[in-house]
Amino acid sequence: MHLQVSNVCKSFGHGKAAKLVLDNVSFELHSGQFVALVGSSGSGKSTVMRLIAGLESISSGAISIDGQPVTGPGSDRGMVFQKYSLYPWLSAAQNVAFGMELQGRSRTDVRERTSYFLEVVGLADSARCLPRELSGGMQQRIAIARALAAEPKVLLLDEPFGALDIQIRESMQEFLHQLWQRTGLTALLITHDLEEALLLANRVHIMAPNPGRLVRSVEMTLDRAPMAQLRVSPEFLALREDLAQGLRVLEPNLQP
Amino acid sequence: MTKLELRRLGGQPWVLGLIGILVVLLIWFFSTASGAVDKLFLPSPMAVWQAGQSQWTSGLLLKDALASIQRVFIGFALSAGLALPVGIAMGANVVICRLLEPLMGLVRYMPAPAFIPLLIIYFGLEELPKVLLIFIGTFFFNTLMIMDAVKFVPRELVETALTLGGKGLPVLTRVVAPFIAPQVLDAYRINMASAWNLVIVAELVAATEGLGKRISLAQRFLRTDEIFVGLIVIGLIGLAIDLGFRFLMRRACAWAN
Repeated sequence: MHLQVSNVCKSFGHGKAAKLVLDNVSFELHSGQFVALVGSSGSGKSTVMRLIAGLESISSGAISIDGQPVTGPGSDRGMVFQKYSLYPWLSAAQNVAFGMELQGRSRTDVRERTSYFLEVVGLADSARCLPRELSGGMQQRIAIARALAAEPKVLLLDEPFGALDIQIRESMQEFLHQLWQRTGLTALLITHDLEEALLLANRVHIMAPNPGRLVRSVEMTLDRAPMAQLRVSPEFLALREDLAQGLRVLEPNLQP
Repeated sequence: MTKLELRRLGGQPWVLGLIGILVVLLIWFFSTASGAVDKLFLPSPMAVWQAGQSQWTSGLLLKDALASIQRVFIGFALSAGLALPVGIAMGANVVICRLLEPLMGLVRYMPAPAFIPLLIIYFGLEELPKVLLIFIGTFFFNTLMIMDAVKFVPRELVETALTLGGKGLPVLTRVVAPFIAPQVLDAYRINMASAWNLVIVAELVAATEGLGKRISLAQRFLRTDEIFVGLIVIGLIGLAIDLGFRFLMRRACAWAN
C-alpha cells in the first residue's frame, strides 16, 4: 500500500470569500507505517484527513492510493472519528459487523471476523452491550474494531482519544500501540497532542495554521517500549520540548 | 398521612392524574345531584353511563366507533406511509427539499377542514373524502417532521458508513432510517391526534355512521347524555392510540430511552 498526498491545496468558499485552508501539502504513507499529523486547531489537519477519506474534494493537487486517485469515500480507507460514531441502536458486535455486512461478506465470515476483532480489542465480553452501556474508551475500541474488520488499507484516526479523560487516554495510547505492533496495521493519526503523536507514530509531521501547511517532519527513532518509561525519559522530553518550541514560534500570539 | 408519604404518593405519576379526574367527576356528580344545573344541559354521570350502556347493547356504539377508527386508520396509514419516503428524501436531498418545502409550508397552514367543501364537490359524501381529509390534515406535518429528523442525523454516523463502504440506499435504510425511527413514531403519535380530530369533523358534516355522526344526531334530539357518551368514547379511544404509540416506541426503540 502506498498513500501519496502531493501538492494538495484546499479552499472553502468561492470568489473573494474563498479561504485557503491547506497550502501545498505533500507527504506519503507506506504499508505498516504509523504517521501522525500534529497541529493546533485551524492548521487544517482534520481537513487533510477528510480529503484522504474522500469526504471532501481537493481544490488542486492529487491524492492517490496505490496509484489510484481518490474520488470519494471507500472501505479501503477506514476512519475513526473523535466523537463516538457507534450506531446507538446496534450492539457492540453488530457495530463491528456493520461494515462487513455493507460489503456483502458471507454470514459465517462476518460472524468469525466479528468475534476475532472483538477479541483483538479486548471486548469479547461486551459483545451484546449497547454503546451507551460502554465507557468512552470502550466505545472507541469498538469503533477501531469496526474500522479494522472492514479490512482497510489504511486506518484514519481523527483525534480518536480527544474526548477521553487523561488516564483513559494514556491506556488507549498503550492499546493502540500494541495493536499496531500486533496487527501491522497502517495508520494516519490526527492529533493536537504532540506527546501522543511522538509516542505512537514512527513519523510525525507538524502543521501550522493560516494557511494550513506542513512545516516540519520528524522520524521517531527512540526505543519505545515500555511506553510509560518513554514518556518521562530525558531524550523523549528533549525532543518533545524542541518540537513544542517550534510550534510556539509558529503562533506568536500564544507567547507570553 | 405524613408529608413524606404524601410526597411519595405524588411521586407516582398516575396518582395525581387519577386525582384530577376524580375531582372533576365529583364536581360533576354533585352539581347534577343537587339540582343546581338543569338535567338537559348537564346530564348526571349515571344518566351518561346508562345512555352508554344502551348504545353498547344496541350495537350502535361499537358500529360507530369502528367506522370512525377505520377512517382514521386508512387515512393516516396513507399519510404516514407516503410521508416516510418523501420526508426522508427531503431531509437527505437539498434539491428535493428546496423544491417541496415552500409548497408544503404553505399548504400546511391551510386548515384541513377548509378543504371539506371541495372534497364533497369532488368526491361526494362517501368514504373517500373523509379519508382524504385525514390525509391532507396530517401528511404535510408528518413529512416536515420526518424531514427535520433526517436533517439532525449526526454527520459522523453517515460518514462512518461511507468509509465502511456504504453507498446511497443502504446508508438511508441502515443508518438514517433506524436513527430517526423514534422521532418518526413520535411524529405519528402527535399527528394521530389531528387525524382523530378530523374524522369527527368530517362526520359532523356528512356521514351515516361514526362517533361524530352520533353526536350531531344527538344534538338534533337534545340528547345531551348521548353527546357526553360520544365525547368520552372519542377521548378514550384517542388516549388508547396515544398509549399504543408510546408502548410501541418503548419496545422498538429501547436504545433511545
